[in-house]
Amino acid sequence: MNDGATNSGRDDAPLATSKHGDPAGETGGRIRNTAGDQIMARAVTINRPRAELYAYWRDFANLATFMENVERIDVTDDRRSHWVVAAPAGKSVEWDAIVTEDRPDALIAWETAPGADVPNSGRIEFADAQGGRGTVVTATILYDPPAGIVGKIVAKLFQREPAIQARRDLRRFKQLMETGEISTNAMNPAQAAAKEA
Amino acid sequence: MRALAWHGRHDVRVDTVDDPEIVNKRDAIIKVTSTAICGSDLHLYDGYIPTMKAGDILGHEFMGEVVETGPGSTLQKGQRVVVPFTIACGSCFHCGKQQYSACDNGNPADNQDIAETLYGQPMSGLFGYSHMTGGYAGGQAEYVRVPYSDVGPIVIPDGVDDDKVLFLSDILPTGWQAAENADIEPGDTVAVWGCGPVGLFAVQSAFLMGAARVIAIDHFPKRLELARRFGAETINFEETATYDALMQMTGGIGPDACIDSVGLEAHGLFVDNVIDQIKKSTFLGTDRIHSIRQAIVACRKGGRVSMPAVYGGIVDKFPLGAFMEKGLTLKTGQTHVQRYLPGLLNAIMEGKIDTTFLISHRMPLEQAPEAYRMFHDEQNDVTKIVLKPGMAVPAPAAA
Repeated sequence: MNDGATNSGRDDAPLATSKHGDPAGETGGRIRNTAGDQIMARAVTINRPRAELYAYWRDFANLATFMENVERIDVTDDRRSHWVVAAPAGKSVEWDAIVTEDRPDALIAWETAPGADVPNSGRIEFADAQGGRGTVVTATILYDPPAGIVGKIVAKLFQREPAIQARRDLRRFKQLMETGEISTNAMNPAQAAAKEA
Repeated sequence: MRALAWHGRHDVRVDTVDDPEIVNKRDAIIKVTSTAICGSDLHLYDGYIPTMKAGDILGHEFMGEVVETGPGSTLQKGQRVVVPFTIACGSCFHCGKQQYSACDNGNPADNQDIAETLYGQPMSGLFGYSHMTGGYAGGQAEYVRVPYSDVGPIVIPDGVDDDKVLFLSDILPTGWQAAENADIEPGDTVAVWGCGPVGLFAVQSAFLMGAARVIAIDHFPKRLELARRFGAETINFEETATYDALMQMTGGIGPDACIDSVGLEAHGLFVDNVIDQIKKSTFLGTDRIHSIRQAIVACRKGGRVSMPAVYGGIVDKFPLGAFMEKGLTLKTGQTHVQRYLPGLLNAIMEGKIDTTFLISHRMPLEQAPEAYRMFHDEQNDVTKIVLKPGMAVPAPAAA
């Protein structure tokens, strides 16, 4: 995967905002072919130091705290983790994610190992925001919706509004990092738990 | 507990629902002692605000006693507090700039989608005001869960009546911010469109900020009488040609600053402005844009326009030419309630601002449906209704 940040010199805008071509294919891939993938990207500014944000994210078991559809992440070793993600109708999809690039306090990139229910790859970048505003966290996610029954489930899960889950997850990450909690309108803990389920 | 729940257009009921509990660390639970019906609640009542669900508990002007605290709350049980209608985290970039109503985090992640789509970025959460602004249960209830209770609520000293401080929750800081946004200079003439609660507080605030004259515009005689009581000159727009009167009253100059608080009761978010319903709804049509149009045309060259009134959607016939050619400044926005609370509480304690004049009715929470009907149907006489959860329901008159 190249740096994923710019779109082949057309202008200075992020690759995922391109109206033309196959931006996912332009990012390349070490483990899998990303040509024709769905791509989504989103940036959020978080009023915390980047070392803190990187450290929280790099401990992948933490991610289930704010990623709504993630049921469980088992950390296999320093580079490999096993993801179980809830899908509609009580199903779940699974994959192994392998860290392909890791720059402390700056970048985590991953790709799924062969055999993933939903082949995906991406990068989370952490950069100082200007003017002392904290850290700009940019998530770029590519995924290859499979065919067949799993594909239908995944389509329901992701394709109807591809960016929606990522943007909600990033908002929750921001809330957790900035305020120490995830905002909820639940009236009691039972309601809050039901919303997460 | 008992709570006033929305069930549909002109259908609100006092239901028995589960008591709220502490969910997050920074939460507190407030036992409500006083809660007002806001003009903007009438738009929920009229069914104009989308993203409402049957059973939603209304109310965003409330105060009460702290009865439970999470480990991250700075409040203590037994304290009396007024709660801002805006739910702000205190930790994000916008809260750091005291732009609390623009808080990034007060609105739950899922609820931010609609506002982000409509406005580019989502605003803070609000109590009891549709799911677009958070879907939070409101204060027209016996108890309320207050998130981020270490940031929002202001503690009220013992011995100060609820009636004097309740309006810190919304309409007093909203009127104050409206005047502040008018950048008033000593000697200014300030014109205020709309003498509802916010307009009347804007009148008082404008004088405190050094205005030489305030001209208040409305068509309800009782409301104009209240404005006069605070030293404003008045224009009844049903009797008078407003622009002509303003020009003559200001020696042909026009008011230095104009405050449009007509639509203010609608400080909710009128997404239906951008959907087709608007076309059918004369309620949101040209009448609503009329006051801001008139303010822009009447305002003196180089003057300032403040718009606490809410316009949620996309409008046409906006006098952009007059606005540009005369070099006007327009400031607006939802109220950053938390920013103003300490100063305004002091102003109340020192007797510089009168708040109790506004209250025309005090009723038990159990009679809230009747209160909504009265507030909706009798605007000249009913200026403000305060609901008291603990108040006994009066016995019906003997037959």
